[in-house]
Amino acid sequence: MTSTIAPAVPGSVDDKGPGPVGPPRGAKFLKMLPLAPSIALMVVFLAGPILYCLYAAFTNMALTGTGAAEVKFIGFDNFRKAFGSSAFINSIWLTLVFTLISAIIGQNTLGLGLALLMRRSTKLVRSLVGTAVIGAWVLPEIVAAYLLSAFLNSEGTLNVILERVGLNGQDWMYGAPIIAVSIANIWRGTAFSMLVYSAALSEIPKEIEESAEMDGAAGGRRLWWVTLPMISRAILTNLMLITLQTLSVFGLIYAMTRGGPGTKSQTLPLYMYEQAFSFSQIGYGTAIALVMLAIGAVFSLIYLRGLNSEAA
Amino acid sequence: MTRAHVSKLTANLILLAIGAVFVLPLLWVLFASINSTAGLRVEVPDSPTLNNFRAVLNVDTTYRPMLNGLVLCGGSALLTLLCAVLAAYPLSRFKTKFNRPFLLTVLFATGLPITAVMVPVYGLFVQLNLVDTIGGTIMFMTTTSLPFAIWLTKTFMDGVPISLEEAAWVDGAGSMQALFRIVLPLMWPGIAVVLIFTFIGLWGNFFVPFMLLLSPERLPASVTIFTFFSQYGEVNYGQLAAYSLIYTMPVLILYLLLSKKLGGAFALGGAIKG
Repeated sequence: MTSTIAPAVPGSVDDKGPGPVGPPRGAKFLKMLPLAPSIALMVVFLAGPILYCLYAAFTNMALTGTGAAEVKFIGFDNFRKAFGSSAFINSIWLTLVFTLISAIIGQNTLGLGLALLMRRSTKLVRSLVGTAVIGAWVLPEIVAAYLLSAFLNSEGTLNVILERVGLNGQDWMYGAPIIAVSIANIWRGTAFSMLVYSAALSEIPKEIEESAEMDGAAGGRRLWWVTLPMISRAILTNLMLITLQTLSVFGLIYAMTRGGPGTKSQTLPLYMYEQAFSFSQIGYGTAIALVMLAIGAVFSLIYLRGLNSEAA
Repeated sequence: MTRAHVSKLTANLILLAIGAVFVLPLLWVLFASINSTAGLRVEVPDSPTLNNFRAVLNVDTTYRPMLNGLVLCGGSALLTLLCAVLAAYPLSRFKTKFNRPFLLTVLFATGLPITAVMVPVYGLFVQLNLVDTIGGTIMFMTTTSLPFAIWLTKTFMDGVPISLEEAAWVDGAGSMQALFRIVLPLMWPGIAVVLIFTFIGLWGNFFVPFMLLLSPERLPASVTIFTFFSQYGEVNYGQLAAYSLIYTMPVLILYLLLSKKLGGAFALGGAIKG
């Protein structure tokens, strides 16, 4: 039972106009009324604050100094300052590296691999591994950060294992902080992709894969030509969600490295937090928030385009 | 051994290897919590003790923050689910010009880093006299999880064929009747995923309650664990591990209850049909 194989694609009914099998007729307004509670909440508590951000980003608003006494409109100065700052450019790069390694490659591929392997494994192994992966996911962010800090510490478990197999360990959070926080994010986030893909895979009728196998499509070929196309909607949705989520990861990195050492793991959210709250530059901080918003918007549009062409 | 056996064995071995990597940090917290001299590496304690738990199990450190968290996150998760289901139905079933811009907006909101809006939100709460109120915090937490919940609920709802409702419509059922009698019972796994994900996301949320709640007696566990960190100059790893376990317990219990109820319907932790 999935939209990819269901004969009636949701929404297609209305294209035929209201007929005897169409949804109950009524004023458009009434049909859309169930949206009202969600819209009310989002207008008051999200749209309002965002509009305020749009205003604050173009001012010199600050908690201390002249920007605190008299808020002035300063045009694009905050953005000019940002793109001329090496710390800002550094944080953009780190954010992209973090998102690529931990979400798009790590969580997505590992989650899909786990879901695929679980279809072929025995029930006991499936439950054991599933429980471990989901266990990492249900941990609150700050606890996960704490566990991974211990795991990646120079005296931690990872180095004990590496030494056993004859490799040199290091203090991951000092030597390779962006890798360390990426590992932490993969550890913590893979379960979500695994659940999404398991759900998508369980909706593929057995007969389709069996007939593909009878036609001689084995292993990788069947995966590429039969299985993956059938879950392409799930892949795009999952990629979009985990990308957006990873772009705004704050607590995990903050608790593990505070963006350091130096600025070696200072992604955009941490840079913004530092500017807005530690340095009290509210206007500059909200300008960076707008940049983050724009990056999220670009990713959303890319995936949305993919989803649309897929649905067509 | 046939080819199917070999592939099953390979799959099992690879899965166990990946699972082992995932389980190591979890093992650490389990062992450290019963070790009065816990360090940073996984080690089985020589003489297991419950002293770490005894030290943190009191009203101020554990009971009240946990109860606060349950009220905050439970209330927000249920409110989120209700709003999301209501919103997803017209988006999934009725095609209007309004749908696409709305879903686009929801997508943008999903990508929005909440850290970015916390300053204006705090200002708004001061204006509305909502600072340090549980109700106000629940409403904001609901709003932060709504975009994602709507998006996810709609995706799951799209998977329920509309043909099943057509019979009900012919019989004169309204759209809300069709939603609650026909569509929702068919998408319980999806509903459970939305609820679990929302609750878990909120339970771990530190920044929102930290900004919007002030009174120590109203703070949830996600905030008090931070004060717990800073209270001790020398980190007591054992007590921190014990407290981490207690703090994690509600989401674990919720997950286990739901995954049991779901049975073979959904792939939560080994419930996939073979």
